[in-house]
Parts: sequence; C-alpha cells; structure tokens
Amino acid sequence: MPEMTFREAIRKGLTEAMDGDQKVFLMGEDIGAYGGSYAVTAGFLEKYGPIRVRDTPISESAIVGTGVGAAMGGLRPIVEIMTINFSLLAMDQIVNHAVKVRSMSAGAAHVPMVMRTVTGGGAGLAATHSQSLEGWYATVPGMKVVIPSTPADALGLLRTALQDEDPVLFCEHALLYGTRGEVPAKPYTIPFGKARIARQGKDVTLVGNARMVHVALQAADELAQRGVQAEVIDLRTLRPLDVETVATSVKKTHRCLIIDEAWKTGAIGTYLAFRVQQEAFDTLDAPIAHIGGEDVPMPYARNLEQLAIPSVQTVLKALKDQIGV
Amino acid sequence: MASEVVMPQLGYDMKEGRIVKWLIAEGAPVKRGQGIAEIETDKANVELEAFGEGVLRKIIVPEGQTVPVGKLIGYITAPNEALPAEIPTTAPTAQPSQVPQPTQAQSPASQPAVQQQPSAPAAQGEVRASPLARKLAQDKGVDINRVTGTGPGGRVVEKDVEAYAQQPKATPQPAAPTALPVTAQAPVVQGDRIVELSRMRQAIARLTVASKMTIPHFYVSADVSMGDAMELRRQINSSLESNQPRVSVNDLLIKACTLAVQKYPNFNASFKDNKLEMHGSINIAIAIALEGEGLIVPAVLDCGNKSLLQIAAASKDLIDRAQQQKLHDQEYSAGTFAISNLGMFDIESFIAIIHPPQSAVLAVGQVRKTPVVKGDQIVVGQVMKMTLSSDHRVNDGAAAAVFIAHLKRLLEHPVTLLM
Amino acid sequence: MTQTRAGFTKAQLLEFYRQMLLIRRFEERAAEMYTRGKVRGFLHLYIGEEAIAVGTMAALDPADYIVTHYRDHGHALARGIPSKSIMAELFGKVTGTSRGKGGSMHIYDVSKNFMGGYAIVGGQMPIAAGLALSARYKNENRIAVVFFGDGALNEGEFHETLNLASLWKLPVLFYLENNLYGMGDTIDNTYAGGRDVSRAATHYRIPARQVDGMNVQEVYGAVRDVTASIRKGNGPFFLEALTYRFRGHSMADPANYRSKEELASWMKRDPVPTLRIQLLDMAVPKAELEAIEQGVEQEINEAVDFADKSADPDPSDLYRDIEADSVSATHS
Repeated sequence: MPEMTFREAIRKGLTEAMDGDQKVFLMGEDIGAYGGSYAVTAGFLEKYGPIRVRDTPISESAIVGTGVGAAMGGLRPIVEIMTINFSLLAMDQIVNHAVKVRSMSAGAAHVPMVMRTVTGGGAGLAATHSQSLEGWYATVPGMKVVIPSTPADALGLLRTALQDEDPVLFCEHALLYGTRGEVPAKPYTIPFGKARIARQGKDVTLVGNARMVHVALQAADELAQRGVQAEVIDLRTLRPLDVETVATSVKKTHRCLIIDEAWKTGAIGTYLAFRVQQEAFDTLDAPIAHIGGEDVPMPYARNLEQLAIPSVQTVLKALKDQIGV
Repeated sequence: MASEVVMPQLGYDMKEGRIVKWLIAEGAPVKRGQGIAEIETDKANVELEAFGEGVLRKIIVPEGQTVPVGKLIGYITAPNEALPAEIPTTAPTAQPSQVPQPTQAQSPASQPAVQQQPSAPAAQGEVRASPLARKLAQDKGVDINRVTGTGPGGRVVEKDVEAYAQQPKATPQPAAPTALPVTAQAPVVQGDRIVELSRMRQAIARLTVASKMTIPHFYVSADVSMGDAMELRRQINSSLESNQPRVSVNDLLIKACTLAVQKYPNFNASFKDNKLEMHGSINIAIAIALEGEGLIVPAVLDCGNKSLLQIAAASKDLIDRAQQQKLHDQEYSAGTFAISNLGMFDIESFIAIIHPPQSAVLAVGQVRKTPVVKGDQIVVGQVMKMTLSSDHRVNDGAAAAVFIAHLKRLLEHPVTLLM
Repeated sequence: MTQTRAGFTKAQLLEFYRQMLLIRRFEERAAEMYTRGKVRGFLHLYIGEEAIAVGTMAALDPADYIVTHYRDHGHALARGIPSKSIMAELFGKVTGTSRGKGGSMHIYDVSKNFMGGYAIVGGQMPIAAGLALSARYKNENRIAVVFFGDGALNEGEFHETLNLASLWKLPVLFYLENNLYGMGDTIDNTYAGGRDVSRAATHYRIPARQVDGMNVQEVYGAVRDVTASIRKGNGPFFLEALTYRFRGHSMADPANYRSKEELASWMKRDPVPTLRIQLLDMAVPKAELEAIEQGVEQEINEAVDFADKSADPDPSDLYRDIEADSVSATHS
C-alpha cells in the first residue's frame, strides 16, 4: 500500500474531483497563485486555470455565500475557509443559509458544497487562530461535519463529501498535514457516521477525533505496558455521530474516556457521553469520563499552550482519577 | 355580507388586547383600510383597520375592555344589512377588565400533600457503586452494602463484587429488609396552596405596583377641625325632603377638593411624557370597597359644575351603581383626583397610593371627638386627619402644603362649600 | 395592439394594473388573516412598493434567477407564483410553496427560478452572486437579480458581494428597494453615505442608476436598460428604486417613527390608483377595470379558501427535506 502525507491525500481527493467533474471548482483565499496557506492546492491554478481555481478577496461571507448560490445553480463548489476561526465571519451563510435552503424550499433547491477548513491548536498562534469550533457546527441540523485523523480517512471521507448533495464542513487539523500513513491504492470511500476502531482492547474505551486520536493511541501504548488493553475509537465525523460503535465498545469494556481538543464546556464529546450512558448505563463500571481543552482563550507561550490542550499525561491522569485504571 | 371585526393578532407574541377607543361611532360609515379602533397591546397602541366596507354596524366590546385575540368585537355590514342572528349581546358597559369575576379558587384542601415514604431500603442510596457492580451483585445474590469498594472515592466496581462473591461464605447473609415498615396512615400535612386571583385583584396588583414603581410619592398631613362642617351638614340634612339624598362627610370632602383643585389646578393634572396634562374637567374619584372582591375608584364626573347637593346625589348614585356593577366605562377611567375614606372603619389616619394617571389622592380618617384647645379652654372638638399623597413630578412639597392648608381652610369654614 | 405613450400596449398596462392590484389585495387579506391568527410569525407587507415588483418581473427573462428578502410576496406574485400556493404557505399548509416549512419570509419556486426569500438582512446577496457565477460558468444566457432594502447597505455581506461581483464581472443586478426605513430607523440615521447611495456601488466600479419605484412603466424601462447592459457581459449593475412602504415594518409595528404627513405625501403617489386613473384617461372603459378588479377579488377569495381548506403538514414532515437522504427516503 502506498504511503502519503495527510496533505497529499487531500490533494489527491481534490485532484480526482477536479478531473472527474467539470462542475467542481475551487474558491478561496490564496488558493491559486499562493498555492494555499497550507500548500494543499499548490499547482492547481496552473493545471486547471483561473475559472476553476478562483482566488477570492478576504471576504469569508461572500466566499461561502457565493458557494451556496453556485451550488443552487447546479455547480459543485469546494470553498476553502482558510481556518475555522475565520468561519465565524461566514457563520450567517453557513448556519442561516447553506443548511437551510433545502428545508425552506421543501427540497426544490439544495446546496452540494464542500467547505474545507483548518482546525486545531498547538502551533503557537494564540487565542484567535487555535480554536476547535467544529463541534459548534455539529449541533446544526442539516450540517455534516467531517474531521479525519489519518491520510487514508482524509481521502476516503473527502471522496464521500464530494458526492454529498448537502453542505459538508470538512475540517483538517493543522498539525496533521505532515503526518504520513498508508492509503489504499484501490478506489474506496468512507461513509459518514461510521467511527473507526483504531485499536482494539477490552479494558477501557478511549474516544477521540482528529489529533486527539493520536493522543489516545499513545496513551493506549502506555496503558499496555501496565497490562491495560485500551480500545481506541476515531469518530471521523461529528455529525452524523456514531453513537452505536462507541456504545458497543463500552458494553464490552465497561469504561469510557472521551477526549476533545475543543473547550470542555459544551464539547461534542460531552453530548456523546450522554448518549452512551443512555445506551450502556447498566454495563458501566465507572462514570463516563471526559477531558477537553481547558476553558481558556488559547495562550501563546509554549508551556501554557501545552497545558490547555489534552495530552497523553492528562489522558492517563483522567483515567486514573475518574475511572481508576 | 357582514364582516366580523375581531381583536387582531398584532405580533406573534400577542395574546390579548385592550380597546382603548373606538374611532368611529356605531352606525357610522367605514371604508376598507380606515382606522376603526385603537388597540393597546403589550408593545404599542395600534390602530385597527377595517377589513370590510359599509357601516360599523355593531360594537360588541366596549372601550376599556381587554379581550383575547380572535374575539369578536364588532360587525361591519352593508348599510341596511341585518346582523347575523346569533350575534352576542353587547357586553354590559360596566364590565371593564377590573370588574370582579367569581374567583376560581377551589380549595385544594381535599387533596392534602401526603409525604410518600420511600419503599426502597434506605441503605441502598448510601453505597457508591457502579451500575455494572449493582447489576452483578443482584445477579450473584451479593449484598452490595457488604462489599468494599476500591474504585475512585471508594466506589464499588465490577471487580470488587467478583472478589467478594469468590470469598468463602462463613454464615448465611441475613436477608436485607425489602421495605421500611409503612405507617397505617401518613399524617395529613396542611400545606401552602395557590389561589387564582380574580381579574380585579390582578388589575389592582398591576396598578398599584405600576403606581409605586413609577410615581415618586410624597405625603403631607393635616388635622382638620370638622365641628362647623358637621353642624352645617346636620342643618342641611334636616332641611331636606325625605326623598332627597343626604349629604355625607364624603360629599363635603368632594366639594372641598373640587374647590381646592380649581384654585390649584396642578393637583388636577397628570404627568405624561415629560409634560403635564391639565385636565379640563374636575372628576373626583372615590375609592369604593366591594366586599370580598376588591376596590374600584370611579369618579363623580364634572364636579366643577355641581353644587354640594348635586354632588351628594351623584355620589349616592355612583355608589349604588358600583354595587350593582352598572358603572359606565368613563366613570372608571375619568378620575382626575381621588379621595379614599376609611373613616367608617374607625381608622384615624393612613396613606393612600395614587391611582394613575392621577397625580394626587387624599386619604381621610374618622371624624373623632378629641379634646382641643379653643381660646384658653379645653373643649370637645371634632377632628379629622387627612394625608395627601402627591406625585413629585407634578407638585413639590410646598405646593402640597399650600394645597392641603387651603383644603383645611375650606372645611373649617364650610359655608364656602355652599358658594 | 395599440401602442400607448412610452410604447406600452394597453394590454401591458392592464396586466400591470392587475398584478399590482393582486399584490395589494393579497396582502390586505393576508393582514386580515394575520389578525385572525391564521397567519403566524412575522408578516412584512409590501403595500406601496408594488410597482417595483411588477415592472421588474415583466422586464426580466423567465430564465433569470430571482433572489429576494423577507418582504417577498410582491416579488413572488409578480413572478407568477400562484397566489393560492403563497397564501397556503402563509397559512402553514402542506400545499404551500414550501410545504408549510418556510412561511411568509421564505417563499421559493425553483421551477420559476425564484430562488427564495431570505430573512437575514444582506444574507441573500452573495447567494445571488453565486447563482450568477453558475450561469456564467455554464455559459448560460441568464442573470441573477437580488432585491434588498436600504437596511442591507450597512451589512458586510453587501460590500463583500459588490466587491466580489465586480471583480469577477458577474451577471447580477443589485436591486435596492429604498423605502427609506430599515425597520424603524431612517436611512439618514443609519447610513453615513448620504442619500446618494449609488456611490456605494460606483466605489466598486459598478454602474448605478436610480428609478422612481412608484411608477411601474419607468421601473420596467429602467430594468430593461440595465439588464441589457448586464447581458452584454459588462458585469453587475446597481439599480435603486425609490419607494415607500405604506405599512409598518411588520404587523406589530404602528410606524410611529414616521410622520403622518410623510406617509400622506407618498400615498398620493400610490401606484395602484395612479395607474387606474391613467387607464381611465386613456379611455379604457370603467367596466374593463372593474372586471379586472372583480377577477382579483375572486382570485384572492379562492386563495384564502384554498389555504384554509388545505391540510396541515403531516407530523412526519418534521424530518423531511433536511438532508438529501431524508428527502429520497420520503420521495421513494
């Protein structure tokens, strides 16, 4: 199986879509001449030309809103919001319009649009450029929120997103672009709402998304040295949310820790905890535990930033304090 | 075809509205789109437009009344068209929103709150155990109270129950009691209860709170020597024909207040939008207690043009009709100054709350015999205490003092009341 | 067919009159139905502004995209969406334009390229740009028209969209219905640029023009002119129609922030009776106008009757048309 980076997997998915369907076009800030602020679309302008690779002004609302209209007009836009922090400037278009058109028009109009954006912290960008806001969008009916953790998943999920008939928010973690992984050569897609069991175990279930899946896997390595076998689940999509896979695992392990990079207050994992306890209450041997980002604006200093984001250490501590493993 | 006029929905959150004013008279022609009534909602006063054309054939709900959205309030018809047969009768004019309605306060005493005793073992709530451990304990017949927990905070977890179950059993477990003994009859506890307020009581609550919240009240008091006034009243009443209404102390007060506000018209005024509304006529309102129901403050209209005897007749009529709930809308709302008299309840003095939009109210107590100094002698005098509550936005303390002093002078020289 | 002054046929003018009257009567009845609790939520009336919708729609091509705001009944009716479907939508009935899901503020009819009423001020603007982009991308000979009020001038989406549309030369008509009030505040209090709002467009190098929004013939002519420019590939155009709403912002608004004199001066220019008088002056028989008026009255009566008798949405519709799967599941 060929190996590639997360960035190359996304680029491969975009290339396939551009090659396969003339109705697909890209639109966003500095995606053309600059090559994309995370270099995902480098070379695209030269290959596909300015009609299909459209550099926009820094106007997030107009970018997303124009995408909504273009999708209603029969195109399949892929809009890039440079980071999820800037999506707040387009929230009206995303929440009030993109996901409402189908319902308000009784299904006569719809918006097949993929919104690619970059999420997550840990790169020293401080309060306004380090947020994990994907969980907010996951509360909105009609929205799909995708958040892969591996190159293979990124490609498979992007292919699914590009086939979807409704708006998809596709969140790429900033610190994962350079990570490598095996990607199947044969065509495949990954359905939304299907979590991945990243590691099998019988003693405790660890649940995460994006970079937190990697934190959970490292914690599982540590636990294994003590003879505790942790099962690690990668949610892959926050909406639809795969409660079933997590609940099934918890019925087996009787213990569960959910990890979010997003602020702990209102994190999507806290809702997942509620759903899992509904499904698996009588099998629980401990309260479902949750850790999330500290409830602080992300600080700049390295040591403070590290304290604000869940790490292998905080995962192990939570397992000990809250669950007793 | 007759077009129904209904209390309009004016905003998604509107539940009821009050008809402030009908803008055209019954029988008058109406054009589509013409404003026909002024409606008060929670947010604004809005003109109700006519959706039909013809004449305003019938007003069903009079001014001042609050009705729910959708309620029929009138009919617009072609000029000579008959009304539908099942038209509701015109509501009695004396039924504004503050008219008492039978309260629905059914006593809940027949359903006393009985404290249910928990039937589960009391000990169960005290053990910290995971759901899985409890289920396992139940399956294995283990008394979870006896298991030592090793989880966080001493919680009994799965492995604790497993370990306990594998211990050799020295003695049979005593069966845990399944339920606490239940007393034959739980004591009846007389708890608090909720009583629905009549619309009148609700209106009083709204009005008095609004008054105290928005009107900066202040008070001035004075003693009035009422001897001469009482003598004058005796003389007048003894000279009246038997079918003529007697003059009461209240009537003397109404006349005196009328004269006082004629001299000091700022006490016959309302504060409105940073302006003073100086009322053209003097309508002295009197507080009337309706037994068991509450209080209304209807007005004797146009006192400025009435003699003392006319006031006596009008006030008697007003009180009679108030008891029969036959007052006119205008009498409820037209007061420009008010008197509250609790003398008949043997009250010496008290302070009253201003009835908006009025700006003053006079609270009077009983006329009581009191030793007073007259010249160098102590004689039996008849003294009445009165307290004026005044709106400080309209009048200051000195003005109120001058006013009450004038009122005192009028009552102590009662012949002026006949002039 | 005889030509009248300014080149309108009598039939055209009669049709203008019928459509303006239809909108007027439709909204009067909608208002009445609101007061009776048949219509819920917000109801924003277009009364006074009818000449704009009617003159504009007549001048557009059926293929052109229409995107509008929440005061949308006039546009929808002038576009030819059946009055009974719109009334049923206002009543929240399953026979409504959006099966009772959208209400007054969200009228759609994609079959007529009427791409929706949008209830967030300014939110519709980039959507129209996107529709225009799709037309250009696919080499389709159609334009997008987006209506907005003067309140939208102060939204970021207005400026973002004008800038983007000008840069990309998108075939979009930015159509300002300037009724001088954004909800309850005047344009003079809320917009720093003065009454010459065309500068907001020319700043982005978008040509601009003003038209008397109370005159249906002038509206028609102006829209003809500016859309011809757009269709030639010259990029967007900005058209400002000066108008006035005779009613409050919504049903709950008695419009106390406006003087009676100001309202009266605009009502003197009420486009509906104005055109009626003009038609009588042209020696159109009164009976012909009365026949139109009766026809409108009857259509509205039928619309109300249809809406009233139509069924509520099925409870299962709660989950319908939210995502593609939920549609196909119910459609198949």
